[in-house]
Amino acid sequence: MPLDATAPPAGAADTAPLLSVEDLQVHFPIRAGVFQRQVGSVRAVDGVSFQLGRAETLGLVGESGCGKSTTGLALTGLIPATGGAVTFDGARVGAARGRDLARYRQRMQIVFQDPFSSLNPRQSVRDILRAPLDIHSIGAPAERNEQVLAMMRRVGLRPDQAGNYPHQFSGGQRQRIGIARALMLGPDVIVCDEPVSALDVSVQAQILNLLADLQEELGVAYLFISHDLGVVEYLSHKVAVMYLGKIVELAEKADLFAAPRHPYTELLLGSTPSLDPRKRHGFTAQSETVPSATHKPSGCAFRTRCPLATDRCASEEPPLVPREDGRLVACHHR
Amino acid sequence: MAPLRDIEAGDRRPADVAAPALSVRDVEIRIANADPPFTVVSDMSLEVAAGETLCIVGESGCGKSITALSLLRLLPDGVRVEHGEIDLGETDMLALSERRAEDIRGDRIAMIFQEPLTALNPVMPVGRQIGEALRRHRPMSRRAAARGAVAALERVQMPDAERRAQQYPHELSGGMRQRAMIALALCCEPEVIVADEPTTALDVTVQAQILGLIGELQRRLGTALVLITHDLGVVAETADRVIVMYAGRRVEEARVTDLFDEPLHPYTRGLMGAIPRGAATGGHGRLTDIKGTVPPMWDLPPGCAFAPRCPLAIDRCRAERPPLEEHRPGHLAACWRVNDAT
Repeated sequence: MPLDATAPPAGAADTAPLLSVEDLQVHFPIRAGVFQRQVGSVRAVDGVSFQLGRAETLGLVGESGCGKSTTGLALTGLIPATGGAVTFDGARVGAARGRDLARYRQRMQIVFQDPFSSLNPRQSVRDILRAPLDIHSIGAPAERNEQVLAMMRRVGLRPDQAGNYPHQFSGGQRQRIGIARALMLGPDVIVCDEPVSALDVSVQAQILNLLADLQEELGVAYLFISHDLGVVEYLSHKVAVMYLGKIVELAEKADLFAAPRHPYTELLLGSTPSLDPRKRHGFTAQSETVPSATHKPSGCAFRTRCPLATDRCASEEPPLVPREDGRLVACHHR
Repeated sequence: MAPLRDIEAGDRRPADVAAPALSVRDVEIRIANADPPFTVVSDMSLEVAAGETLCIVGESGCGKSITALSLLRLLPDGVRVEHGEIDLGETDMLALSERRAEDIRGDRIAMIFQEPLTALNPVMPVGRQIGEALRRHRPMSRRAAARGAVAALERVQMPDAERRAQQYPHELSGGMRQRAMIALALCCEPEVIVADEPTTALDVTVQAQILGLIGELQRRLGTALVLITHDLGVVAETADRVIVMYAGRRVEEARVTDLFDEPLHPYTRGLMGAIPRGAATGGHGRLTDIKGTVPPMWDLPPGCAFAPRCPLAIDRCRAERPPLEEHRPGHLAACWRVNDAT
C-alpha cells in the first residue's frame, strides 16, 4: 500500500488519529558462545499500542529498561521493529518505500536527551539546520539560509551565532538547536526522548515552555518520553505508563495523576518526592529485587512487586482493556 | 561487630542545644592550579547536629559538590581550602596530617557518592571491601570482619546478603550497588555522613527506597547527614534545614518548612517556580524560567552574582554584593531586595 502523505484516504474522518501504533514489538537477540549463536531474545517492546492526535502530547513514562526509548526509536525508524503496525495519517508505514518513506521521516522527527552527542561537533549551527532542507530538497537553495535564521529566532537562538559550533553553546542552547533541527522540515510529530533530563531545572523550564509554545503555534504533536513524572504531567494531554515492555495504564493526564489505577502507576506516584515538607511520603527502606526485561516474570510482569498479586497474576497475563471511566488498565484486580 | 548504638527519639538532645557534629566556618576554596587561580566557594559556613539533616541545594557548578569533598579532606590536587575552619566534633580537620585524615575518614565521617563505582573497588567482592574498611578502623580478625560485612549488608537490607557479599560490584544492580556503598560508608557508624546526589542516577522507585533507608539508618544511629542535591523534591522530603547555593555562595538558609513556605531569595523563588507541577499549572500554564545561565566561576559579575538573571535587580545589586543576613528568625538570605519582593 503506497503511503500518500498529502491526502488522507477517502472516508477517513477528521477524528482519525494522526499516528496509530498497534502491537509494536521490538526484540533484541541475546547471543552467546564462540559463534555468537542466538540463544534467546529480549522483548524490549512487547506489544505496545496507542494513538496520537494532531497537536496532542502523549507522555510515555516509566523507569529505565521499560522500553519507552526503544518505542520512540522504532517509530522514527532508527531501529527496526520486529512486528506491529504503524499507521500515519491513514497510511501504513511498514509498507512505505523510497519517496513515501522519506516523506514519513520528514513528518516524524526526534529530539534526543543529550544534544551534545546528537549534534555533529564539526558542523556549524547553520550547516546542522540546513542539512534536512538539503537532503529533502526543500525550498530554493538560496532561501535555505534564510529559513535557518528564521528557525533560530523562533527557538530563541541568536541568528548571529549561526556560524558557531555546538561546543560554543550551553546545554540549554544546544537543546534548542536539537529542537530547531527537528522542526526544519515542518513535522507533524516529534518524538521527544528525555529532552530535558540533562538540564538544570531553571533551563529545563525554558525548554518546556518552548515546547508548549511551539505546539500551540505549529500544531505539532509530541510523543514525550520521560522518567520524570512532574515533567510528563506538565506537558502531556494523555499519559501511558510502561513497565517491562508493555503499557500498563493509559489515561487522560488529570485522571491518571488524580487517581492512579494500576498498582505500578500508584507506586510511581507514591515514590515521587512531594514538594511540600509538611506532606512527606515518609519513604521506608523496604527492599526488593526489580526484574529486568531479560528475566521477565510470567503472567503480569509487575506481580513480583505488586501488593495485590495473586496466583492468577502468575499464570494469566492481564490484557490492557478499556474501563468504564475511559482509561486503559492492564490489571486483574483494578 | 559492635552492636548498633540505638538511639531512641527521647535520648536525642534537640538540635539547637546539641554541640554540632560538624561545624564549618568561613571556608574559601580555590582552584589553585588554574591560570589564573580562581575561587569556587566563598564564605561557606554550616553546622549540622547529631540526627539532623542539612540539605545543600543548587544547580550544576554552584560549588556544592566541591564543598562536600572539602568536608572529608578529599579535594583533588590543585584545589585548596584557602582559609576557614572545618571541625568534626572537637577535631580540627584542616590541621590533620594526611595519615590522620585517613584514620578519620570512614570511621567518624564518611561519604556516599552519586556513582557507587567511585567508592567501590571493581576488582574486589563487596563484602571483602567492607571487611577491610572495618579492619582498617577497628582491630578485629578477618573472620569477624567478614561477619561484620554481612551484617553491614543486612543492615542496608541487601537481599540475600551472605551471597551478595561474595559478588563484585558489576554483578549488582544499580540500587544494590548503592546499598553496598551505603553499607561501606556506614560500617563504622560515623558521626557524620556526607551524601552527594546519592539517588540522582536511580529510578524513582529505587530512589524512594534509598532515601527511606538513609533516613532509617540515620535515626537508628543518630548520624548527622549533609545531603547535597539539585532536586527540591528530595530536599522537601528529607531536610531539617536547607542551604541554597548559587555561584559558590550561600544565597539563602532556612528551616525546610520556612524555605518552602516563604522563599526569600529571587533565585530560590525562581527554582521553585521552574519545577513542573501539573496540579499547580493546570494545563499549559507557563513555568517561571530563570533567563540566561549560571556565570562561570572565573568570570563572576561584580555585585550579586545572580543580578544578571534576576527580575528584581537594581543598580545597587550590580555594584555591591549583598551580605547573608537574617531576615526572619532563623531564615537568612543574601539579597538587597528581600523586603521589596515579598
